[in-house]
Parts: sequence; structure tokens; C-alpha cells
Amino acid sequence: MSNLRKSLSSMSASLVAILAGLVAGFVILLFSNPANAGKGLLTILIGGWNNGMKGVGQVLYYATPIIMTGLAVGFAFKTGMFNIGATGQLMVGGFVSIYVGVTWTFLPGAFHWIVALLMGMLAGMAWGMIVGVFKALLNVHEVITSIMLNYIALYGINYLVKNSNLFDSLRNQTVNVAATAVIPKAGLDKIFYITKGRLNDVSSVNAGILIAIALAILMYILLNKTTFGFELKACGYNRHASRYAGISENRAIITSMAIAGGLSGIAGALMYLAPASGLHIHMEEVLAAQGFTGIAVALLGMSNPIGIIFSGLFIAHITVGGFYLQSLKYMKEIIEVIIGLIIYFSAFSLLVRDLIAKAGKRRAKKGNQPSKQEAVS
Amino acid sequence: MSDYIIEMLNITKDFPGIRANDNITLQLRRGEIHALLGENGAGKSTLMSILFGLYQAEEGEIRKDGKPVQVRDPNDANALGIGMVHQHFKLVHNFTVLENIVLGVETTQHGMLRMEEARQKVMALSQQYGLLIKPDALIEDITVGMQQRVEILKMLYRDNEILIFDEPTAVLTPQEIDELMRIMRSLAAEGKSILFITHKLAEIMAVADRCTVLRKGKYIGTVDVKSSSPQELAEMMVGRKVDFKIDKEPAQPGESALRVRGLSVEGSHGDKKAVNNVSFDVHKGEIVCIAGIDGNGQSELVYAITGLLPSTGEIKLNDAAIDHQPIRKRNTAGLAHIPEDRHKHGLVLDYDLQQNLSLKRYKTEEMQRRGLIRFDKVRAYAEELIDRFDIRSGQGPVTSARSMSGGNQQKAIIAREIDINPEVLIAVQPTRGLDVGAMLYIHEQLVRVRDEGKAILLISLELDEVFQLADRILVIYEGEIVAELDPKQTTPQELGLYMSGSKRQEVHA
Repeated sequence: MSNLRKSLSSMSASLVAILAGLVAGFVILLFSNPANAGKGLLTILIGGWNNGMKGVGQVLYYATPIIMTGLAVGFAFKTGMFNIGATGQLMVGGFVSIYVGVTWTFLPGAFHWIVALLMGMLAGMAWGMIVGVFKALLNVHEVITSIMLNYIALYGINYLVKNSNLFDSLRNQTVNVAATAVIPKAGLDKIFYITKGRLNDVSSVNAGILIAIALAILMYILLNKTTFGFELKACGYNRHASRYAGISENRAIITSMAIAGGLSGIAGALMYLAPASGLHIHMEEVLAAQGFTGIAVALLGMSNPIGIIFSGLFIAHITVGGFYLQSLKYMKEIIEVIIGLIIYFSAFSLLVRDLIAKAGKRRAKKGNQPSKQEAVS
Repeated sequence: MSDYIIEMLNITKDFPGIRANDNITLQLRRGEIHALLGENGAGKSTLMSILFGLYQAEEGEIRKDGKPVQVRDPNDANALGIGMVHQHFKLVHNFTVLENIVLGVETTQHGMLRMEEARQKVMALSQQYGLLIKPDALIEDITVGMQQRVEILKMLYRDNEILIFDEPTAVLTPQEIDELMRIMRSLAAEGKSILFITHKLAEIMAVADRCTVLRKGKYIGTVDVKSSSPQELAEMMVGRKVDFKIDKEPAQPGESALRVRGLSVEGSHGDKKAVNNVSFDVHKGEIVCIAGIDGNGQSELVYAITGLLPSTGEIKLNDAAIDHQPIRKRNTAGLAHIPEDRHKHGLVLDYDLQQNLSLKRYKTEEMQRRGLIRFDKVRAYAEELIDRFDIRSGQGPVTSARSMSGGNQQKAIIAREIDINPEVLIAVQPTRGLDVGAMLYIHEQLVRVRDEGKAILLISLELDEVFQLADRILVIYEGEIVAELDPKQTTPQELGLYMSGSKRQEVHA
């Protein structure tokens, strides 16, 4: 009962933040082009549905990596660590999976993508673990190391790609992975498409979204149902008491960062194990945005793995909506502003939660039902 | 003019799941010392927080000089002349005494500080009330007793007439307590009105004029202290007759359960050892008490034995060396630890009660299967302990530990540690900040554990507790054991001499 109430009240806080963000976004739409503002807001809210089932598929496609990085940030946060390095872990994971996807063609077709995915995960784990080791053994703050490691990942990968047979110099990006290494569609292409003339225009969504959701559920179980999760959360809440109880804080920090890195690594693998028309690592000096969006997703989802599924879907939904805003002569960056505002408001979630609690109390008083029994039950 | 300088009439305050104050009335006369007595969770702190503007009451009225007033925040309280010395002092540690006193009400001219005027006023007040301070010393360098005097001067400097003292003696030595009592009397003699929150009956008898008693959030009554007795006050507070003495048979020590030889711990500043070459034994079936003034190495000694701090030397539990074992191994080998700081070490405040009760047990066969926690067992275990140790909380096993009262938090820790069925139980200030009822209960539990043949190492700053419980007293001074005493053949005065380092004997373990 109390658990349900707790999750309801934290959810309502996120919902209020979203609402406030959308209202503020509407104001921005009004300022930049008043005539289309109403339509624009509707476009954002409709999101993927603007383009039928293909659009919905695109929402799932965009949600996949940010759910994964959201999990990476949220999971570490439960252990008291701020994992700002999801982007670096994602790139390292993506790079290694591309490497496996391109070169390990000796693997039987059915296993190729799985091995590539797992290798990406392991690479991300190693990358995340470095942060944990520095924190646990040398007491170096995780934000410092992960920021540094982000750039090491970025430039290191650029260097490695340019000096290897993974480089497509014509497009200034990585070469295509073998067809056997592409994440399979798992039948989702039969659902998420629109018909254009005689052809089916198929969405980019693939089995990645199913993997992301499954992993979110797995993380939920790990955190809430296992002794391992009990220890990790105890360390996050109070490391002194955890040490006192005999929990090894160092082990908790290292394993939690390794798991977080692994989740980001999978995000990278799911992004880059894509067909020729899909994503490649570009040789640019830009950190992958999905890593940072993960922070937003985790915040909005209150670091709860199940909440993160929904917040990831939501952010993907309005991001896709943002693309369609362009047809109304808005810049698609407006959607980034709105997402930023929503995150800003959800950072006030505690305040919002208090306000909701107070409002609830006032209502209870008005109804003249001193709900003492209810509070005890 | 009204008889009363401050009145709190029919105050009611609700917190989620609990009514902290239920129709409470408190009337403070001008120039009196008025004690507010109650067990933990009786609502004393809540009531004072309402008076000081930290909480708003749902119902009721506050009057000053008979006129209703609003206290929305501490600034309002200050404007009404209400000042408070909190249990945990609110001082800036790297500021001087003088700077702390004037902080927030600095005298300035053209934006520049005028410290000389402030200094004169502070020194005058210091003389008038006999509050000895060093105005230019840093807070971090002065004793707790002087810090408290700084807090009192802060109130006087702001011309407060109503002074609230929240558990002021909890952190003081016996001599400092006497000094505080003297100061309180002189403040009252100068016309200040004092509200004195406490649960120590002796202090009420010594200094208070009247006493208001609360129990479980309800108003029980207000009595004249002169025409009352400690027994009567205790009964009002607890709601039944209380025995002050616990029955304790002479100890029958068995073989050594905890053996410490040549134990040393490095000091945090590196210059001096916090624990220096300490050796002693605790035998089965005895309570050994380490007495000393706070900060003489007690905490470090306990941390070394329990594994929270690295140390050199030998620690044996039932003949097995544990000095290089990780903490969990020591715990499972039979070491239980009631920590000094229940919020820092004892509890995960964001976990609920059942999670905290299983904090050292969640890995046992009973509570998990292949790494999955068996929540039904965790809950059943929590319910059993709650029942057996009478732990009170708003929502039973799923109450957030943070929302529980201090006494019940401590009960939860004690339940958890005793139920491990340890070989050695280390209890550090197990009754700190607790009321008579809870204190008595905890003392009984400790004696019961002793009588089951367990070894108990008790660290206490309260001499009453030392004499009440100890079968043997070891005195610690500057990290060294300076005396071993038999509580039956020594006096608090003599113990005090050893504790302050003015006397020492050769001690051989």
C-alpha cells in the first residue's frame, strides 16, 4: 500500500513537471510563431502518431538507446553515484560492437549480432568499471573521471577508426557492419510501417526496444528483489551504515559502475549494429547526445527502471513530434528546449511532490475525513 | 499585564500517521524556569519547534503577554524575544566566538563591521551572567561547555527574554552541568523566562520552578516542582510506576570472550595516536564499562574492534584473531555493535523498519533464496522483533526509519543487535538522548544479555549509567587506559579524577 502510494506520488510529480514543461513550451511556440502555436503543441503531443504506425515505430527506435542510458544513469544513482559518463561508455560499447560486427564474420549468422552486442556490453562495463575503481580505491570523484573518460573514448575511437579498416573515408564514418551483425527486426517491421504507393515505408525500429524493456525489468528485479540490490541501495542511501553492516562499499561501487557501463555499452551496440541506412560513428568531435539524454530520462523516471521505460518513451515521443514541427515552420530545436524545461521542472520534483501532498491534505480536510486510519494502514 | 509571558493554548500538530501534539497547553511565567518533561516522541521538540516558528500548528494559539501572536518562522520568534539553544549547536566552526555571537545582527557603519561595540556588549553580558568565554577563540578550538555558553550569549545578545534550552545537558560533563544550572538560575534571577526541555529528573528537581509533563503527544499536567517528587514526575511521564534501580546480580565472569592486546589507532591529524597501546579483556557474563570524557579515544577504540578503522595490535574473539578480518566476518563471528551515532552507522534512514531490522541478516539462509530476498520472512521477522522489543512506529514494518522517534530507532538497533545472539556486544552510549522509560528498558536488556553469559563492552559518558551497569570500569584518558576500578569500591568523584587525567594507576590486562 505504502509502496504504491509512494510510486503514485512520485509519478504525479513527474507528470506535473511534464505539464509545466509543455505549458512553457507552448509559450515559446506562441512567441516564435503565434499563428501555428496551437497546431504546434498538438503536433508535439501527437508525436509519432503524426506519421501513422511508422512514426510510432520511430518513437520506439529513438527510445531504445535513451532507455538504456537512462537505466545506466538511474542504476548508478541508486548506489549513490552520478554516472555522467554514459556517453563515453556508449561510444566504447558501440565501437567494439562495430569492430566485432565488421571483422568477426567467421561467426555463424544467428550468433553474430548477439556476440557483437555482448562484446559491446563488456566494453562498456570495462569503461564504467574504471570509474568505479578510481572512486573506490583512490577516492577520485566519479564525475571527474567519467568526464575525462568521455573525451578519452571520443578521441580514442576517432584515432582507432581512422587508423583501421573500419574507416569509410568517403563518408568520414565507420564502415557498414556485416548483414549478420545487424540487430534483427523481430517482426516489428510487419507492424510499424506506412504504405506509400506500392511500397511499404518501414520504420527503423528493431528488436533493440524489446531488449531495452527486458533489461529495464531485469534491473527492477535486481534492485528491488535481490540481496545484491539491497546492498547497492543501502550503500547509496548511507555508506557508513552499510560498512557497519558488513557490506563492502568498494565492491558495491565497482560493480554498480560496471553494470551501469554495461547498460550504456548495450545502448551503443543497439545504436550502431544498424544496416547501411542506419547510424554510424561519425568522425566528429562531438559526444553522443544519447548519453546525456539518459540523465534526463533517469531524472524524469525517478531512477526507477520501470519509470525509465516510460520516461524514455515519452522523451522519444516528443522528440519525434519535434521533427514534424518543422512542417509548421518551427525549428526542431524547440523540442530540445521543451525537454530541457521538463527536466528543469522535474528537478523541482521534491517541491512539486510536497505541494501535491499538501493539496491532498487540504482536500482531505475539506471532505471532512480525517484519514487517520488510512494513513496507518 | 498578563501573568504569563508566553502561552501556548490548545496546540495540535499532525504529522503523517501520527498526532505529535494533541491539544497541549503550556504557560510560561515571567522569570521562571519551566521544565518540559516527556519521553522520546512525547512531542516536546515538536511543541518547541512550533513556538520557535519551525512548524505551524494545525490548531491552537500562541499568546505573548496575553495577546495572540503569529510565529511563522524563527525571525518572528526572534522579534518576539524568543531564543533557543538547540540540542545540536548552530555555530560556524571556523568563526570566532565573537563572530558567531553577532552573526546575523552585526553592528555596521557604512557597510563596515563595528566589532568593538559588539565586543563591549558581549563582554558586559558575559560578566553580568557569569558566562565565561574567550571572544577571539575559534569555535572548533573550545570545549562543548563553552560552545553552549556562546549559544546562550547569542540569545542574550539579541535581547531575548524567553530562552528555550533543548536537552542542554546531554553533551556536558558533570562539572559543566553544575555550571549550566548556576547560569540558568542567574538568568532567571535577572528576569529571563526559561523553558527547559529535558528528561533528567534530577536536573528538574535542582533547577526548575514548575514542570509541564507530556506523554504520547498529550498534555498530562503542570506541577510545582517544590511540592513534587522525582517519583511523581516519572510516573506522570511514563504513565505507570517506575523503579529507578534495576535488579542486577553480581557478575559471574567466565573465560575471556574479547581479548585486546597492544591496540593502537592512528589519530586523524597524524600527530598523536587516538588509541595508544590499549590492552584489556572482556569476559563472558560481565559488563565492562569504558568511562571517559568524550573524545579521549573511545570511538576510535570501538571502530578498531569492529573493523571500521584500521589498527595495529591483537584482537581476539573467543581465541580467534579477528584483527585482520573484514567487518562482515567479525559480525558473523559474533560481534554485535550498538553504534554511537544511530543515524550515521546504525540505520539506513531511507530504508523502512523491516529493512533496517534485517540489515545484518538479509544474507542468511532464512531470508534469501539464491539471492532473492524472501520478503515474507523479512516481514515476519520484523513483526516478531517489533512485538518482542516493543518498537513503536506509525506503520509497523514498513515505516520509514527516518520518521521514527529517536527512542524507537534506538530500540530497533538494539533489537537487531541483541537478536544476532552475539558473543560480544559492544554498546556505545546506548541510551544517549533517551528518556527514563527507554533507558531503563535498555539497561534491563543489557543485564539480561550479560546474564545469558555474553560479554558486554559498554562505552558511556554518563556516570550514572557507568555505576548502574558496570561490573568493572576501565578509565580511558587520551587514548590510554589509565585505571581499572571496581564500581563498588569507588566513587564518582574518584572516577572523575581519573577521567580528567589528574590521577592514574598502572594497569595490566
